[in-house]
Amino acid sequence: MRRHDITLVVNGVARQASVPARRLLSDCLRHDLGLTGTHVGCEHGVCGCCTVLLDGQPVRSCLTFAVSVDGHEITTVEGLGGDGDSLSPVQQAFAECHALQCGFCTPGFLCTVTALLRDNPAPTDEEVVEGISGNLCRCTGYQNIVKAVHRAAELMAE
Amino acid sequence: MKPPPFEYHAPRDLDEALDTLARLAERGKVLAGGQSLIPMLNMRLTAPEHLVDVNRLAELDTVETEDGGLRVGALARHSRVGRAGHPLLRQALKLVAHPVIRNRGTVVGSLVHADPAAELPAVLALLGGSVRLARPGRTRDVPAAEFFLGPLESAVEPGELAVSAFFPALPPGAGCAFLEVARRHGDFALAGVCALVTPEGHARAACVGVGPVPIVVDVSERAPDWAAAARAVREAAEPDDDIHATAEYRGHLVGVLAERAFREAAASAKA
Ligand SMILES: Cc1cc2nc3c(=O)[nH]c(=O)nc-3n(C[C@H](O)[C@H](O)[C@H](O)COP(=O)(O)OP(=O)(O)OC[C@H]3O[C@@H](n4cnc5c(N)ncnc54)[C@H](O)[C@@H]3O)c2cc1C
Ligand code: FES
Ligand code: FES
Repeated sequence: MRRHDITLVVNGVARQASVPARRLLSDCLRHDLGLTGTHVGCEHGVCGCCTVLLDGQPVRSCLTFAVSVDGHEITTVEGLGGDGDSLSPVQQAFAECHALQCGFCTPGFLCTVTALLRDNPAPTDEEVVEGISGNLCRCTGYQNIVKAVHRAAELMAE
Repeated sequence: MKPPPFEYHAPRDLDEALDTLARLAERGKVLAGGQSLIPMLNMRLTAPEHLVDVNRLAELDTVETEDGGLRVGALARHSRVGRAGHPLLRQALKLVAHPVIRNRGTVVGSLVHADPAAELPAVLALLGGSVRLARPGRTRDVPAAEFFLGPLESAVEPGELAVSAFFPALPPGAGCAFLEVARRHGDFALAGVCALVTPEGHARAACVGVGPVPIVVDVSERAPDWAAAARAVREAAEPDDDIHATAEYRGHLVGVLAERAFREAAASAKA
């Protein structure tokens, strides 16, 4: 099958890849570009682990073909923090509130919540639960994730 | 869990897309939001030879108020259409998957996909809307009643592109409600009912998940006896057993949801 030369602006850096059309964005990020922070759980849109930001909007990278988003901007978990090892407010809140255990679901939650708080800086409990309803976590029981979202909102308001 | 190989086409404008689809005919399939098609590819439930990606056709990314309703272009995503000010579409879209899926999935894609448990086909059927289909040199509007042919089967013919859908506005003062029961938040519904009640006492409902296509029932003669109206809806439903629920339970749900939906719609209708 034909390969396609694509350019994705990933975390602010233009990255080139040559991919078959069937390459999922999740696999392109992980295998072609070596960014293994984006996790893959179910590959049919249900678990939310693979969520990344496409032009700022959270989407499932397992339900997007890399060729389809040629030329677009992608932000992965690797691009959420500041320079060096500094954490974004959402990442810091997840660490403070014990909102992760095994961490498998965390990259998806971080991307989803980053966009959620950008669009709604002071969400109610209900809005938080609705916002993260498409992300599954098998460890935490979600309570601390909800706390972390509110804590991140506080940190961002400071 | 990886999609099978296919040949990829990325037309830059509508004419090129229509020509490509016409040339490929049976061998081609449209890729819109991919939120139904890519799971099916990943699970190897389908293996089209050619995919025609319409995501670059900015001219189809439209939501416009038109004579008596809302015209939704083929590239308008669920999230955008939910904010367009149509009360029944707003309620229905809250029940479609999760916010993140709604950022990518398209309204027209959901209509063409014609899942018997999907919410948007029921909205189109309840309102008596239509879908506009195009091929080079020919455009046709297919009314909702003729558009949904069976489970995952719509009136789109090989080589055709659905370019937009028209959702009529609610009649003046009418109230509406969309209620459903799903196993988990964001899942496809076991059963669902959307209802429309006008101040003059016209009432009808459309049900999802309880038949091969959305089932529309006019209950104006029973209104405002909502219990009797709900019985009529339940009788019209044709639920089936599957791994998620029995036909009997689905029938029961439709009755209960219909009565609640009529009451809610009637309460929000302006006298
Ligand atoms: C986890 C999950 C949960 C979901 N839950 C729900 C739910 O509760 N309710 C619900 O309704 N949906 C649900 N969906 C499906 C979602 O709404 C899809 O977005 C929608 O069904 C299809 O739209 P799409 O743009 O993604 O289409 P695609 O997946 O790109 O296409 C679907 C089909 O329609 C055809 N098609 C699409 N657009 C056109 C066009 N313009 N012309 C001709 N053919 C076309 C394609 O060829 C394909 O056969 C869910 C999806 C996921 C992943
Ligand atoms: S891997 Fe994409 S949603 Fe599960
Ligand atoms: S922390 Fe283990 S799945 Fe969420």
